[in-house]
Amino acid sequence: MRRGRWLWAAALAVYAFLYVPLAIVVAYSFNDSRLNAEWVGFTWHWYEVLLHDEAMLAAAGNSLLIALVSSLVATALGTMAGIAMHRYNLKLLTFMVLTPVAMPEILLGVSLLLFFIQVLNLTLGLLSIVLAHITFSIGFVAIIVRARLAGMDESIFEAARDLGASPWEMFRYVTFPLILPGVVAGGLMAFTLSIDDFVITFFTAGVGVSTLPLHIYSMIKIAVTPEVNAVSTLLMLLTLTMIVLAAKFAPDVLKGKA
Amino acid sequence: MAQLEIRNVTRRFGDFVAVDNVSLNIEAGEFFTLLGPSGCGKTTILRMIAGFDLPDAGQILLDGKDLADTPAEKRPVHTVFQSYALFPHMTVAQNVAFPLRMARRSPAEIDRMLREALEQVHLTDKADAYPHELSGGQKQRVALARGLVNRPRLLLLDEPLGALDAKLREAMQVELINLQREVGVTFVFVTHAQVEALALSHRIAVMDQGRVAQVDEPSRLYGYPQTRFVADFIGHLNQLEAQAVEVAHGHLRLAVTGLGEIIAPSTKDAVAGGKGVFAIRPEQVRIGMHGELDELKNHFSGVVHDLLYRGDVSVYKVSLANGAMIEALLPNSAPGKAELFEVGDAVKLGWRHDAGMFLRD
Repeated sequence: MRRGRWLWAAALAVYAFLYVPLAIVVAYSFNDSRLNAEWVGFTWHWYEVLLHDEAMLAAAGNSLLIALVSSLVATALGTMAGIAMHRYNLKLLTFMVLTPVAMPEILLGVSLLLFFIQVLNLTLGLLSIVLAHITFSIGFVAIIVRARLAGMDESIFEAARDLGASPWEMFRYVTFPLILPGVVAGGLMAFTLSIDDFVITFFTAGVGVSTLPLHIYSMIKIAVTPEVNAVSTLLMLLTLTMIVLAAKFAPDVLKGKA
Repeated sequence: MAQLEIRNVTRRFGDFVAVDNVSLNIEAGEFFTLLGPSGCGKTTILRMIAGFDLPDAGQILLDGKDLADTPAEKRPVHTVFQSYALFPHMTVAQNVAFPLRMARRSPAEIDRMLREALEQVHLTDKADAYPHELSGGQKQRVALARGLVNRPRLLLLDEPLGALDAKLREAMQVELINLQREVGVTFVFVTHAQVEALALSHRIAVMDQGRVAQVDEPSRLYGYPQTRFVADFIGHLNQLEAQAVEVAHGHLRLAVTGLGEIIAPSTKDAVAGGKGVFAIRPEQVRIGMHGELDELKNHFSGVVHDLLYRGDVSVYKVSLANGAMIEALLPNSAPGKAELFEVGDAVKLGWRHDAGMFLRD
């Protein structure tokens, strides 16, 4: 009984540490004051400000577009990489796919910047950001898909071929449905990583194009207004929605069972 | 012409020769078993018939047609895997219908064949269940139905009973025999369990280190093993090092060091002076008290060394004068009688002159 109580206290402390800052951000987004200091009263004011902030809306639109495109492409490529890594045990491929995951972001940002400008002669903008985000997202998707495949009985795939499925039919009816939860989880991961990436985006954005994290950063250089709280709250809401959606499509991702 | 012909097939993995110049003919409608210890090449042969692996040399012909250029999915051969390999995201009905869908059969046909297949394995009421909701025996039956539903020319079974407990395994053996008789499909069964092979098969190929040691019907394999390996692998066997002294018509006279002479049935290739082993099954050895068994041509004195009570039979291990240990099986058929002899008792062992066999080195 005593041990139970201590465990509860410890759990409570950890959850508080994780969620109190978030709760404060959310609460102050409804605060009728210019400062994040004391509670004055409830208002929707900062959300109205947000809705009329052209720069913020443009940045949010960019972020969503980049996240959508880069996560879709990264999911397709990462799934293929994950399957190849599982099936052929290619050390070089594994190394190449996983390096961007382990590499410090600043290094990746600088090298991508140099690559885009000096090698590809690309004008920095939406395209360069999307390419950069795809680069660092593939590895995450590949790892999740491979982990999903690793726990599976190999003879299931042999059985599919044995019972008359062509390689494509095997993928379509057996492999893909079985790895789908991993693919969805990987895509979600890629989307979330893209939405809140700052460092790599900072290097590859150039001038004129902004994303939500870049814009928030430029705002808090001047002052942290409750408008930042409001946009953060909306971002949280979006992430939460995605998790709920993922749980609906692939229930075992959240339950953590294969 | 045999339905499946394996002609001089060899398969190497690096320096290891998994299958060494194997030739086998399997007839249509046969229940054929590849039997051997692990690593003897039986599973490799099965995988080459299925198309998961290709021979380095030799041919595999089905109905006279070489399978070399036919990929696994195009072969009219289905496999029941040791792990069942059911598709976990499909129901029983979807699993069983899978080969029918891949064969592009019409919906009406799929419906009818699926229903028949499920009835055949008594799983009609489980059609909408998922594999994880089934017991081991039920999974086994789904795998069988899925393998048979599209009427393959051959059904390959890779140790399919290995994962079941003893009681269920026995029940499945009976079901398997009945199912095979009912559908008439040729079964090629792989196992390392000799009891299972003897109970199920029409013919058995015993394999040893990539080669076929003997192909025969179960009773001939058990009664007349042609090599020491086969004799050893199938059932229990007593062995005595012996030398042929006299080769006569109908019988052999063998000399066993430290024991004396044995009269044994003759063999084709025995020559006087040839060395080998005299082998005899425990159930052919009789055990009695002193003064008994004298009417038998072969009888020796010994001391009970070990006693194993197994319920239906008792197994006596008796040490002979030359130190050799002979097992004798005694049925406990008399009511109320549990044990006849105790450890340490002096006893007589004997067997008929036409029992046992001489296997040359």
